[in-house]
Amino acid sequence: MASVVLSEAEKVYIVHGVQEDLRVDGRGCEDYRCAEVETDVVSNTSGSARVKLGHTDILVGVKAEMGTPKLEKPDEGYLEFFVDCSANATPEFEGRGGEELGTEIANTLYRVFSSESSVDLKSLCINPREHCWVLYVDVLLLECGGNLFDAISIAVKAALFNTRIPKVRVLEDEEGSKEIELSDDPYDCIRLNVDDVPCIVTLSKIGYRHVVDATLQEEACALASLLISVTSKGALTSMKKVGKGSLDPESIFEMMETGKRVGKSLHVALQKTLDEEESLGTSRQKVGFLG
Amino acid sequence: MAAISMRLPVVRKAVGLSAPRGGEKHLVVPGDTITTDTGYMRGHGTYVEEEKLIASVAGAVERVNKLVCVKALKTRYNGEVGDIVVGRITEVQQKRWKVETNSRLDSVLLLSSMNLPGGELRRRSAEDELAMRDYLQEGDLISAEVQSIFSDGAVSLHTRSLKYGKLGQGVLVQVSPSLVKRQKTHFHNLPCGASLILGNNGFIWIYPTPEQKVEEAGGFTTNLEPVPLSDREVISRLRNCIVALVTQKLMLFDTSILYCYEASLPHQIKDILKPEVMEAIVLETRQRLLYLEG
Repeated sequence: MASVVLSEAEKVYIVHGVQEDLRVDGRGCEDYRCAEVETDVVSNTSGSARVKLGHTDILVGVKAEMGTPKLEKPDEGYLEFFVDCSANATPEFEGRGGEELGTEIANTLYRVFSSESSVDLKSLCINPREHCWVLYVDVLLLECGGNLFDAISIAVKAALFNTRIPKVRVLEDEEGSKEIELSDDPYDCIRLNVDDVPCIVTLSKIGYRHVVDATLQEEACALASLLISVTSKGALTSMKKVGKGSLDPESIFEMMETGKRVGKSLHVALQKTLDEEESLGTSRQKVGFLG
Repeated sequence: MAAISMRLPVVRKAVGLSAPRGGEKHLVVPGDTITTDTGYMRGHGTYVEEEKLIASVAGAVERVNKLVCVKALKTRYNGEVGDIVVGRITEVQQKRWKVETNSRLDSVLLLSSMNLPGGELRRRSAEDELAMRDYLQEGDLISAEVQSIFSDGAVSLHTRSLKYGKLGQGVLVQVSPSLVKRQKTHFHNLPCGASLILGNNGFIWIYPTPEQKVEEAGGFTTNLEPVPLSDREVISRLRNCIVALVTQKLMLFDTSILYCYEASLPHQIKDILKPEVMEAIVLETRQRLLYLEG
């Protein structure tokens, strides 16, 4: 992970600040930085989203392709995640430097989406055992400014909300062979229901308290962090601990409660922004990468 | 209570870029011809090719009598003798420290350019060399002055005055060096209750004003006591104001920062970083500065 070097005095200043609920940029322990979300930024994908959370910049593209269902789940489609840490984010990611972080994030995303209820995979099935939709979710890290997992999960949810999968019809011949017909109308498509898609909330333990949405400097002072994925209804789908330090059970419980609370407000804010964007339709001025 | 602000992106133009002050600026990009008149001397950022003066960096052309130079808008720090810089120690080598100052090469702080504790004046011995790490380690922040520049452009620093030395508790803000205005003094004690060091290299250090004149040991001992909440609020507000000024491309100097601080008082500290609040505050600051200029 990209990290900054801090002096002892700077770390002490940050830790004392967190104790008093006043972080370096004036936020409280449970406040997020100002986030900007935009969908439909990449034209040749089925769905895309870009999220800017402070200095963290994430781009997610979703491509829907036809494939064969997995053997153990013949009547469901599936999601494939790939995370690319571009060298744009930090020089450490040059060449193969970002691979380790990329696989860690991809594995976390698989775990978060492993729950049955997050995405309705049965709607992605075309022909049981033969054809299904595979959603390839590609995440691109453009800038690393702390709190990667949260920003990535927000972007993935926004991209899935934006995904439009073309409607297909299965035609059966007299001989029994099936033919798949794609509808000609580009607006004739199915949308995914993202109400139960979870978002990751990272809680970093600094001193005796924990903070949400840590910046790079705060991450350097944190001993351990807890990543929890929360759905919009407040249900926990997965939990992961990162960092060299240890967490005692009481703090884990407190962090879980904070995470659930913060997660619910995060979903509300995100859904509001996505609905606002949807309602503006074609009249919205697209910003993309040239703003 | 959690506060999450999510919004759609909007194209915004920086306040500092609109409305030219004092005539149009001649902006050039690398490769642009500045002039074909051979009477001019070429300064920084230019070169001569086929009797034409061509720019080698992207920026504004400045002309002083016969000297033409191009001042780059976004650049690494280019050291000049006498500049005040704030730097971070990256390496501890045999008789020197390597300091990161946002320039092309790491700056150098020689052991002989550093004051000894107690202000003794003597040759540095082998014991001093071994004790180097006890004083400055990797990651420490220092304030120093540029003593000289090596032939390859690397800057040599010195802390031979009691006001320079290791920095204690505070907040560092990194900005582009071209936004820091050159002034007589870069150490400011603001009336709002915090102190500021505006490094010419773009590193700005905000720290709580030391209470009384500490017996100026040159910063050998760091004070790790908790800073009171009122001081923290001032420091956080100043930090956000500086970030707002930088995002809107306004020059940084003590008056502009102070005006921005006063303009931001009606808002909550964390709201200053919202784009619309930022614009409003910086607009007010700019108006006050224009009024000051008369």
